[in-house]
Amino acid sequence: MSFPTVEIAGIEKRFGRTQGLAGVSFELGRGITGLLGPNGAGKTTTIQMLLGLVTPTAGSIRVFGLDLATHREEILQQVNFSSTYISMPYSLTVEENLWVVAKLYGMRDVQRRIDEVLKKVEMEDSRAKVTRRLSSGQMTRLALAKAILTEPKILFLDEPTASLDPDIAHKIRALLKEVRRSAGLSVLYTSHNMKEMEEMSDRIIFLQKGRIVAQGTAQEITQRFGQRDLEDVFLKLARER
Amino acid sequence: MGYGPESPSCRWRIAYRLWPIAHRLMKIHRISALVQRHLFLYRRSLPRLMEIFYWPFLDLVVWGFITMYLMRHQGELPGVVTFFLGALILWDVLFRAQQGITISFLEEIWARNLMNLFASPLTPGEFLAATMVLSIFKVTAVAVVMATCALVFYDYNVFIIGLSLIPFVLNLIIAGWIIGVLTTSIIMRFGQEAEVLAWGMVFLFQPISCVFYPIEILPKWLQAIAWGNPAAHIFEGMRGVLNTSVFPAEHLAWAMGLNLLYLVGMVGWFHHTFNVCKEQGLLVRVGE
Repeated sequence: MSFPTVEIAGIEKRFGRTQGLAGVSFELGRGITGLLGPNGAGKTTTIQMLLGLVTPTAGSIRVFGLDLATHREEILQQVNFSSTYISMPYSLTVEENLWVVAKLYGMRDVQRRIDEVLKKVEMEDSRAKVTRRLSSGQMTRLALAKAILTEPKILFLDEPTASLDPDIAHKIRALLKEVRRSAGLSVLYTSHNMKEMEEMSDRIIFLQKGRIVAQGTAQEITQRFGQRDLEDVFLKLARER
Repeated sequence: MGYGPESPSCRWRIAYRLWPIAHRLMKIHRISALVQRHLFLYRRSLPRLMEIFYWPFLDLVVWGFITMYLMRHQGELPGVVTFFLGALILWDVLFRAQQGITISFLEEIWARNLMNLFASPLTPGEFLAATMVLSIFKVTAVAVVMATCALVFYDYNVFIIGLSLIPFVLNLIIAGWIIGVLTTSIIMRFGQEAEVLAWGMVFLFQPISCVFYPIEILPKWLQAIAWGNPAAHIFEGMRGVLNTSVFPAEHLAWAMGLNLLYLVGMVGWFHHTFNVCKEQGLLVRVGE
């Protein structure tokens, strides 16, 4: 792995009596790292902590060598995310939404960048559309456009292809691969689509009950658990719960 | 022109030195982005336009009739009676200043946009600053509508209070911000169930703000509480202007001092609540 951009050391998260994460440590370098695990394993909590939205109970998160707790602004300037569970203001048009995001990140030459990104996600014709009128596929592409708009060095993608038809999902994956190749991004990616995980991820981290139970390439993980593919590994681990 | 600490050139030098610090603490482009984000909404939203034009207008009509009624039956106290209209307009300034902050926060919750904002470099302080700027826009629009309607429909000129109105209105806006930040912190901490406070919280302060009656009407124990409320000093001060035409510097000083104290405390409390919400994972679930 290249020089780590993100270093997570022993993070724990307790919500009252519930243990969300229990001593998770990993590093992210360039390329796509898949974060896999059944519902409630701690994937979303991990991403929320990396975005500074949830404070760890213990442990540390360092990004570009800086502590997230004390260098939030500098770090978040280089980070963006997309999540199926978050939307953008419905009453604003596609372009207005992207304009606000660009300004929040202090971007210059905003119009040129919005044009570029809308072209990338094939939404040039929808720029004046009010967001509430978008289809779920367009909504996902807008979320992705928002995530890549600010030219981040680190991208967190929480189920970016959920609820998409295979054609759009394929286009999104192709787009992500292209973005990663051209920008040398570090991407942390969650999905419940195992085939997608195998296709997209250079490395996979498998979370269960807030702990890392396996990490490596898809091939290494399937071999280690003696299964045919990642889906079988997932089913085996999920049913052991 | 001198070169002492009060001289213009010295003030410019101080401003020049302070600018990089202010710039590090807050970024104008982020604040303007958030302000613009909300202004975009007004282009095509009837309910939001109603909030500025219709509801204040309705308030004015209802209270206008009450005032006319009282004038007919208590003709011996016309100064006090016409004060009702002025008090109503100024009460609305306080109310809209509070709503400018709280409704902006609720808009983000309803749009499920809080995560997008707080996962960006935007700081909680910048967020509050943007909502305060928005509240000034709202208050200005509301005040213009109400003052114009009062003049046209009831021949009541709110500016009869004179220039002393300006510092009092500014203090009312700050008092509204304080209640707004308090309400926003509670909504952030307790979520959707506390949303109703966005409309109701300010009315909790109305009895001790002494908007429509002098403070001596209150029982002694409540008077003691009311004197701790900046809005009570403002309304009491303005009654003083109408009755005696003497500028109530003491009331203004009290209002400013209390506002400053509460605003600093409330902004500190907002930051504390923000951190508590991050620790308890509430920030990402606030709209649920």
